[in-house]
Amino acid sequence: MATVLDAPTASAQPPKMAQPAAVKSGALAHTLYVLRENPVTALSFGMFAFFIASAVIGPYVVPYDPLATNSAMSLKPPSLAHWFGTDNLGRDVFSRVIVATRLDLIISVAAVALSFVIGSFIGAISGYRGGWLDTVMNRGLDIIMAFPLFVLAMGIVAALGNSVANIIYATAIINIPFYARLVRAEVNIRREAGFTQAAKIAGNSDARVLAFHIFPNALPPMMVQVSLNLGWAILNAAGLSFIGLGVRPPTPEWGIMVAEGANYIVSGEWWLAVFPGLWLMLAVFTFNLMGDGLRDIVDPRRRT
Amino acid sequence: MAGRSAAIIGRIAQAVPVIIGVVVISFILTRALPGDPAVQFAGLAATPESIEQVRVKLGLDKPMPEQFLIYVGQLAHGDLGQSIATGRPVAEELASRLPASLELTLVALVLSCIIAIPLGVLAATRQGTWVDQLCRILVTAGVSLPTFFTGLVLIYVFYYLLGWAPSPLGRLDFVFIEPDRVTGFYLIDAALAGDWETWTGALKQLILPAITLALFTLAPIARMTRASMLSALSADYVRTAKAAGLGSRQVLFTYAFRNALLPVVTTLGMVFSFVLGANVLVEKVFAWPGIGSYAVEALVASDYAAVQGFVLTMALLFVVLNLIIDLAYSTIDPRFGTGAR
Repeated sequence: MATVLDAPTASAQPPKMAQPAAVKSGALAHTLYVLRENPVTALSFGMFAFFIASAVIGPYVVPYDPLATNSAMSLKPPSLAHWFGTDNLGRDVFSRVIVATRLDLIISVAAVALSFVIGSFIGAISGYRGGWLDTVMNRGLDIIMAFPLFVLAMGIVAALGNSVANIIYATAIINIPFYARLVRAEVNIRREAGFTQAAKIAGNSDARVLAFHIFPNALPPMMVQVSLNLGWAILNAAGLSFIGLGVRPPTPEWGIMVAEGANYIVSGEWWLAVFPGLWLMLAVFTFNLMGDGLRDIVDPRRRT
Repeated sequence: MAGRSAAIIGRIAQAVPVIIGVVVISFILTRALPGDPAVQFAGLAATPESIEQVRVKLGLDKPMPEQFLIYVGQLAHGDLGQSIATGRPVAEELASRLPASLELTLVALVLSCIIAIPLGVLAATRQGTWVDQLCRILVTAGVSLPTFFTGLVLIYVFYYLLGWAPSPLGRLDFVFIEPDRVTGFYLIDAALAGDWETWTGALKQLILPAITLALFTLAPIARMTRASMLSALSADYVRTAKAAGLGSRQVLFTYAFRNALLPVVTTLGMVFSFVLGANVLVEKVFAWPGIGSYAVEALVASDYAAVQGFVLTMALLFVVLNLIIDLAYSTIDPRFGTGAR
């Protein structure tokens, strides 16, 4: 998972290294300045670290086995022994919520990474080539956008089959247009730029110019999009599992835990649904705040 | 005026390729099924011969292009196939459930517009005050809240703790009799029948799910209103109007607000995409008998004809809604169709 997150930053390195060292430390200073000025952004980075930690080491440090049932302890409200209470089978809700982080993050990161790669590819080619290819691809994306996106995801999962992998594919497909449009616009405005022509005259092939000279320029706005999209992908995946798609019980996952807890909320056992829902909300909130923060760092003009 | 009507016709014509694309994708989704639809339709006690019979009957033995033409022909007759779970035609079931979904969606949208647009305007005119902060909090929270979770929290607070809301099961409590079906919208039907008790009962059931959906759609509308209002207020024509000595009320509403409304109307298209998706989740939470909960039941039962019918209906609904928005845009914006594009 770390590799997926690192990949874009790693590929963002070449343009940065090409710049003089002074500019680089300037960017760092600017980042620190934004973080100091906007404590909410700093908070969101902190929360992001917390979620990553939960995903990586969570399963090893939780106090109880998330799958272990204990009928003697069923439906107990939050206490010192069970921070978030226990569910109808006596499972510890806190352990389940923490362990679920990994699956939820994997689904959303994998989906966003897929749409990032496919969207970049489609967008870069159609922005660089233009012409009929561009038109055809744009119409294709229009048709994806013509569906209400969550509904399309439902249809795709129904058609491909009910599994976690297909949830990832469905979430990826509905996100592709956003990336493709973004990359297309960024590539298109640099198609005839001076540095592009210089690179071509220097004997670089079209593919090389596109991949190493033009595309890296699209990465900063892409990172903002990725961060905003991650939150949305988690919401989408949790929504799909809430209606019974993808993740199967007893696997801990936030959406399905909320769905299971929903039956108990009318009889007052709120902790079953509220804690996983709260965690889901916090995760989405973190990614949205991070997206806004990244936007401040990447593009100070678009600050709201 | 000629340019205007030509532009309107052009916009309607633009919807045609999109609809064709939607139909093609929904056909592909239908045929991409894992497993053999013929086996499913033949049932559990099927022999190889009966499966073959069903295959021929469903036209699954024909080449793909021919199958596609048959599919389109069926669609043209309003035939979306048979639901495996209930045995009834999908189109009929969707039609009987659609008003429930539409009633919920429209009430929610109206509610969120009533709150979000004034909130956005206030936040823009009183930038940096508590209204602006409230707007910012609502906007950030609104996009982060999973709809199904908001719905459950509302049920817990207003049904379990406070006891204000009726039990979250469907459109009408069982003590009331369903109003005679005229439009399928309970609020309208009950009002037409003059049955105000049923009307209040239906409204009570509607309030919580509508608020849930409205909270979700509030964020993009308020955000867009605030942003476009801010840019309109800093525009030259507003400065000119102020310099000419017009009253602040007139500057705000006639000059700034009317112009700021245009991007907001465009945002509504995107909001519809969200709201139609969120509808499914809200209907599941509140046991709302709309097409969303129908689709969820169908998904769980692997009833593909029903799911595909639902996806297609939603997509067509979305295309039509976008068309209506664009046409509404053309009446609000006097420049529509006259620009040198």
